Amino acid sequence: MRTATGAAAAGSLFGLAPLRAHALPKGRKAVVVTFGGGARDEETFMPEGQENIPHLLNELIPRATFFTQVVNRGILGHYVATASLATGVYETFNNFAAVPPDNPTVFEYFRKDLKRPAFDTWVVAPSNGFNRIGESDNRSYGAGLGAGVILPKRLLASALAPGEGNKYDHLLRDNYETPLYAPQLSGNGIELHELAEVMKLSVADFVVHAKTLDSPDELSVYIARQLMRQLAPSLLWITLHDIDVAHAGAYSLYINGIQRSDRLCAEIWRAIESEPEYAGKTTMFILPDFGRDSDTDAGGNGFQHHRTGDQLSRTTWMIVLGPGIRENVVVDRPVQSTDLVPTLGGLFGFQAKFSQGRPLTEVL
Amino acid sequence: MIAGQLKPEQFDGYPPEAKRLATSHIALLRQLPLGFLPLLLKELIVYDWKFPAERKELDKQFTYLASLSPAQFDREMSSFSGLRLSPELENFDWINKPGIFSEQLSAHLWATHQIDTFRAAAVGYVHKVNASERHEPLPLPRLGIVLVGRGVTASKHPLFRKLRPQGVYFKQVNADNAHKQLMELLDERAQAHPLAFGHWYIDGSTSDTQFRSGVTCISYASLQSVRTVLVDKIEKAYESGMGSEALRTMLAEMRPEALGSKALSGDPILDRFQISLLTEGSGTQIYSTTFVQWAAREALRRAQPLTLFARFAPRQRERSMKEVLAGTLLTPGLDPEGSLIDADMGAYYTWLNQQRLSGSGESRFLVWFEDHNEVLAIGPEVARGAELDRPIVFEEILKQIA
Repeated sequence: MRTATGAAAAGSLFGLAPLRAHALPKGRKAVVVTFGGGARDEETFMPEGQENIPHLLNELIPRATFFTQVVNRGILGHYVATASLATGVYETFNNFAAVPPDNPTVFEYFRKDLKRPAFDTWVVAPSNGFNRIGESDNRSYGAGLGAGVILPKRLLASALAPGEGNKYDHLLRDNYETPLYAPQLSGNGIELHELAEVMKLSVADFVVHAKTLDSPDELSVYIARQLMRQLAPSLLWITLHDIDVAHAGAYSLYINGIQRSDRLCAEIWRAIESEPEYAGKTTMFILPDFGRDSDTDAGGNGFQHHRTGDQLSRTTWMIVLGPGIRENVVVDRPVQSTDLVPTLGGLFGFQAKFSQGRPLTEVL
Repeated sequence: MIAGQLKPEQFDGYPPEAKRLATSHIALLRQLPLGFLPLLLKELIVYDWKFPAERKELDKQFTYLASLSPAQFDREMSSFSGLRLSPELENFDWINKPGIFSEQLSAHLWATHQIDTFRAAAVGYVHKVNASERHEPLPLPRLGIVLVGRGVTASKHPLFRKLRPQGVYFKQVNADNAHKQLMELLDERAQAHPLAFGHWYIDGSTSDTQFRSGVTCISYASLQSVRTVLVDKIEKAYESGMGSEALRTMLAEMRPEALGSKALSGDPILDRFQISLLTEGSGTQIYSTTFVQWAAREALRRAQPLTLFARFAPRQRERSMKEVLAGTLLTPGLDPEGSLIDADMGAYYTWLNQQRLSGSGESRFLVWFEDHNEVLAIGPEVARGAELDRPIVFEEILKQIA
């Protein structure tokens, strides 16, 4: 099943292309994009789903090493699963609680081991639930060593005129896993102040631009591009989330979310190639946090949720591209989502001491 | 609380039929492990509001468990007995709140990486229970009818792609009077084979059709006042700071009276069912397409009807971020095109859920692009994976699946 992809025919190239990692330029950077929240093979890489991901298939995969079996053995809730991706450990905290991960995040390894300043790593995340993902409460790491976390929807809520909150509830929905939408957190002047100071972006310009966009993920990518231009962080983590509208049960909206995520991934790559600070020295990782339930599992309701823990909901993929990465190569061996952090460690030169994963040698 | 110490009076809070069943099986209940018993009680506590088919299913479980020898019983329960539970779960009031226990058990199993073990044990148990029963032949083959695309004038969406391998895709159907014929077919089946909750009509808009007795009707429009009250309660719960899990618990415990619906249908079992579609379903409060798909799923799973007729209608349109920020379109219009895609998938899921029931080899299924000339039919006498590109009248297709 997983070889039925547009890139599968190139699988035989694996092992022949030369490693070029040693020739990488200094100032190496990485951008991680989670293709969230939760997309199935049927709607992506299976033959009937390929029409939804033309950019991944035609623009990115031919330039990438493509892992066809990335297995998530952890809890299939978006915050806890994304935190697990960021720590390399299957975190076990309550998905709906605003708590930091138990284990050090990739951002903490990156900053502490490499002595990097705070502005060199950022997270752009969709919902308030992700506001603690930047750093763990591990004693050896933790406070002051994590990434800055930007929640664009929260910024937008702060920037909108006071008293208009109810009007924007629909936009500011936070967690698709609940039957309706959670309200926004209250505004935070400091964050807005930082928006202007850190990213050289006025609140007015931010709001004006937001009014031209279709979705929260587009806003996240806009903010990520501002970060790339103004701060050029070496480690940038972007969590997309529009796809998770699937929880509302409308298949067409789920498909729209996949198609938008596909387009945004290509836009991020084009931004990487066009920004002088990133071009030629950035590795991009694209992977879903997990899949969704299969149609045939009686315990679920197909694409709508990710509650059964069946194989389809646990098995996804990862695209890796950039300098030194073999192009048009397919890796069919199973790997785990916890392998991402030690792989980033291998790329940057830090030790992910607490991670349960293993470095993916195919891209190192 | 230890299962081995269960006493009949501990079920005093249960409704009458549920209490009767619990106390009559108390010796069996005392033997069940805590990784299993509360899940059985979760079903048992709502026995009084279960459909006849569901009651049979639960009775079947008791019969199966009672039929096992001590060694078989231990073997059957060993996977559940082996689950490591927390002291909080062990001390929880799982007799009176088995639903909440179930939620917390699920979270615990995920967090402790025991969910796969539990899942395998549960699937194995269900298979054995089903295999222990001799299925009585159905009085007539099941029939599923789904109408999609109401309000769509033209569409380039390739319909029925997932269902085509199962039947014949008719592309030039003269569908004059098709709607009337299908409604009459539902009515005739209900009259010929009367069965409590055996024949259903589910509409994504209003149901203005008058059936003779024997057809259970529900519609999205008829629940509008309930949905309004429910959405208001959810918003208030969020404003009070209630978290997602507490909200789920609140919704699961919500009764028709709390939503101002003293009598939706006059039947307490059906009223409970309709409320559950809104409190347990995700998105059913917002999108009519989700409501119809979920209602069809739950009706098939729980009531196991002989006939199910589901008619999708256009749902409200999803507004883009810029539309919301512009403050226009505060009342979103309808999205017939998107709804057609939703309903197409919903039809596939409805067929899948019908195939999970007994008699699946004889079941029939028909989906029609309403007011258009495209039909897909599935049945034991119908070819699989075929397409018919010549004109055909609707009656001819009905004959093939009748």
